[in-house]
Amino acid sequence: MTRIRVFLSRLAGLVRKGSLESDMDDELDFHLRMEIAENLRQGMPPAEARSLAQRRLGGVAQLKEAYRETHALPIVEVLWQDIRFGFRMLRRSPGFSLLAILCLTLGIGATTAVFSWIEGILLRPFPLVAHQERMMAITGTDRATRDRDDVSFPDFLDFQRNCTLFDAFIVDRITGTTLAIGDRADRSTMSVVSANYFDALGVRPILGRGFEPAEDFGRNAHAVTVISYQMWQERFHRDPAIIGKTQMLNGMPHTIIGVAPQGFYGTFVGWAMQLWVPASMQETFDPGGYKLEDRGARWIEGFVRLKPGVTPDQAQAEISAVAKRLETAYPVTNRGRGIQLYPLWQTPFNNAGTLLPTLSIALAVVVFVLLIACANVSNLLLVRAFGRRHEMTVRLSVGAGRGRLLKQLLTEGFILALLAAAGGLLVANWCRNLLVLLLPARGGVSMFLPGDLDWRVLVLSAAVCLISTLLFGLVPAFQTSNIDLASALKADSGGVVGGKRRALLRSGLVVVQVALSFVLLAGAGLLLQSLRAVQNTSPGFTPGVLTSYVDLVAAGYDRQRIKNFDDALMDRLQSVSGIQSAAMSRMTPFSYRSYSTAPIAVDGYEAPPDEQPAVDYNEVGPAYFATMGIPLLAGREFTLADNETGPPVAVVNEAMAAQFWRGRDPVGSRVQVKGRWLQVVGVAKMSKYRNLRELPRPFFYVPMRQSFMGTNIQIRTRLSPETMAKVLVREIHAIDTNLAPGELITMQEQVDRTTATQRIAVSMLGVFGGLALLLAAIGLYGVMSYTVSQSTRELGLRMALGASVPNLLRLVMSQGLALTSIGVVFGAVAALAMAKLISNLLYKVSPRDPLAFGLALLVMMIAGSAACFLPAWRATQTDPVRALRD
Amino acid sequence: MILRTLDTLGPQHGWGIARRIEQISGDALALNQGTLYPALLRLQQMGWITSKWGASDNNRRARFYAITRAGKKQLAAEAENWERISGIIARFVKPAGASS
Repeated sequence: MTRIRVFLSRLAGLVRKGSLESDMDDELDFHLRMEIAENLRQGMPPAEARSLAQRRLGGVAQLKEAYRETHALPIVEVLWQDIRFGFRMLRRSPGFSLLAILCLTLGIGATTAVFSWIEGILLRPFPLVAHQERMMAITGTDRATRDRDDVSFPDFLDFQRNCTLFDAFIVDRITGTTLAIGDRADRSTMSVVSANYFDALGVRPILGRGFEPAEDFGRNAHAVTVISYQMWQERFHRDPAIIGKTQMLNGMPHTIIGVAPQGFYGTFVGWAMQLWVPASMQETFDPGGYKLEDRGARWIEGFVRLKPGVTPDQAQAEISAVAKRLETAYPVTNRGRGIQLYPLWQTPFNNAGTLLPTLSIALAVVVFVLLIACANVSNLLLVRAFGRRHEMTVRLSVGAGRGRLLKQLLTEGFILALLAAAGGLLVANWCRNLLVLLLPARGGVSMFLPGDLDWRVLVLSAAVCLISTLLFGLVPAFQTSNIDLASALKADSGGVVGGKRRALLRSGLVVVQVALSFVLLAGAGLLLQSLRAVQNTSPGFTPGVLTSYVDLVAAGYDRQRIKNFDDALMDRLQSVSGIQSAAMSRMTPFSYRSYSTAPIAVDGYEAPPDEQPAVDYNEVGPAYFATMGIPLLAGREFTLADNETGPPVAVVNEAMAAQFWRGRDPVGSRVQVKGRWLQVVGVAKMSKYRNLRELPRPFFYVPMRQSFMGTNIQIRTRLSPETMAKVLVREIHAIDTNLAPGELITMQEQVDRTTATQRIAVSMLGVFGGLALLLAAIGLYGVMSYTVSQSTRELGLRMALGASVPNLLRLVMSQGLALTSIGVVFGAVAALAMAKLISNLLYKVSPRDPLAFGLALLVMMIAGSAACFLPAWRATQTDPVRALRD
Repeated sequence: MILRTLDTLGPQHGWGIARRIEQISGDALALNQGTLYPALLRLQQMGWITSKWGASDNNRRARFYAITRAGKKQLAAEAENWERISGIIARFVKPAGASS
């Protein structure tokens, strides 16, 4: 109690400082006068009276100091002093300060930016959602293919009923629709969710309500929707009476029952959701028919939230046990099917999973850049410490404690770091949405990947700031506080540099910088090589194809109308000059959505026991192979005759033929798909289906007319995309003026979009690698020019003794390049060890790729030579006469 | 000692306290008078004394210190504590037989 009181009054004393001094003077003055008067009264002569009084009072200066220390908090006082002094020192050498702050700003800013990405995308990706730390992503697994799969609705309900360790199970199936309000039609991202969605997430609609439990059930029975705040604002102009209005969605009028709060974007990393509909509406929005009562129809992606205190392992164990029981209860649909829980940052079905490797690389890289920046500032401080050697020596000899000096130097470092952190936050804030710029919009909807600068990020960057202060400040500070007084005072006149140890230290720092940047350069080289290898991989179809789509489902078309539309459009396009051929398909290769998968059986193929072969397939229209440029190795492609009335047929790919027919010609034999026998009429050459890096996989095609209808358009044409887009609009409007095509892009563009994350990784490493190189070069330059400036006498002597300009150049350059080489050797060893860590990102590139390493070496050496040349050249300009005389 | 002085004499300025302590101790405790002031400040911070500026007997500006209620309590506690300790020490210092 008393202690707190003392602390508070001392704290107050910090503020009331001016009055203290004068009060103290007054009081002591009064004391002296009284004492003198007393002495005089006792009959002393005035002079003696005064001196005795002063003696008895003691040293006024010490007294005042003791008084001051008691009055306020000395630690704060000293700190305040240090800070003010530090600022003065920084102002005195603005060049140094600016360079140091800039280096650190880049380091801290980059680190904070990556922290904010990791926070906003991986760790707490869903703004406004409560208890994200207990959320996990849930998917199904298939033991036979070892692939992840979705979950069926009946299974989902069973998990919900039988698992006790979970607060909530949430269905969240992303889908899309085209929303036409007035004369404006836009592609919107939306989710089919379970009715508990908003309640479980702790998100309360600002208008209306969320879903009610009954709205999960009944085939298309509850046409209600909750819209996002953004949609309410932009498309409905903040209509306060929006609740209860209807909106056509995929051909069905939906009642708007709620508006989500501002800042809630749903639960899908990468996209901002615009609409939510309850699970009962699955059939309307998720292609492939009514699935709510089909245990074999797996379509659900979702999340669970663990009860407090439940570990992921316990949760996984329980849900696996329930899955096992379901396997026994429903062997036909569930044999070999399990459940896998993932931490949010590993969510496999959204962009968290795709960005995880990139962001981890980014984190490693920025830590490197931060280290390099710290090494650089450390070096700068060492140089300056040398310049301030005199000041320090004097302060030490008049009695400053070494601890006090250390504190002073660290405070100065901290000021630097603090200023840099402020700049870094600005940089990070500016970089928040940078990731989105690197990822392209898809289907007209742009990605949504915000960084999040919340208090956790701020705390982390504060920690980074502190750690970096210690990193770069401690070495020079210790160096300084270790000054040997006697020799320092002597050496001051002699002009001998701070000794070998200091030079060694500085060189060591440069070697570290070079090594770190070499690692980054080599990494960038490897990823670049890999990206090139990926991009040089043939997708299996030839260039010259444009692709687009018309959302007929959203426009309310039924199957018959879609068929009529497809036929009419194909007819029209075929007659446009410049178009070689056109075809429809259910899926465009390399799109986000996954292909349909079907269990198959082939005549004469015995599946290994416990394995039910399942193969992906696509529904395509006539002339698809010709349009895409996928060669047929045998047989024919689909024609108009392959329709509802014709015999069911299929085209298989090479890998499928090899696996299931084992060298026999599949054309003419049969394949059973979902219990229906299809005649194989052709074998297509291998092509890529999802991304360029995938391994050859079995795949087959069926005619659209004999399965689901699709509305993707592929066009082989000589026309430019711009012209073609106009033609397409014209032709579609000629059929139905209410329709509009989606974004028209080249297939190449479609393919490139799948390599976006690799490109981000490459550009990130490239930028940071370049930055690191620059910083390392500055460091090298600093060390070399310092060495040169300190060995003027030696250089002058050499010149006087007849050393030529090339001699001197070689002397200095070789020293700098020796440092670089040592750094490169260390860097190469480190890079070889670390390349293994990114080997899963490398495609057709060895982690020891000589080209990448050679390139890194070349760049490093060039940068090293450039950094050394200027100091070396300056060395040759030494005037021997002056150098020797000084 | 300061507290006792203020308790018996009432409000007093620094010099007065110093004189009083010297007188009571019979000049045996002729310390540096200066050490008195930081001590006064500490007592103030603990809330045991207060101070305010006023005029001295000879009409000079002087700071007067006065004991507070908390100070009196503390004084009582200290005095009791001291008596206990000095009592114990006295028992040690006195010859063993003398006590009985």
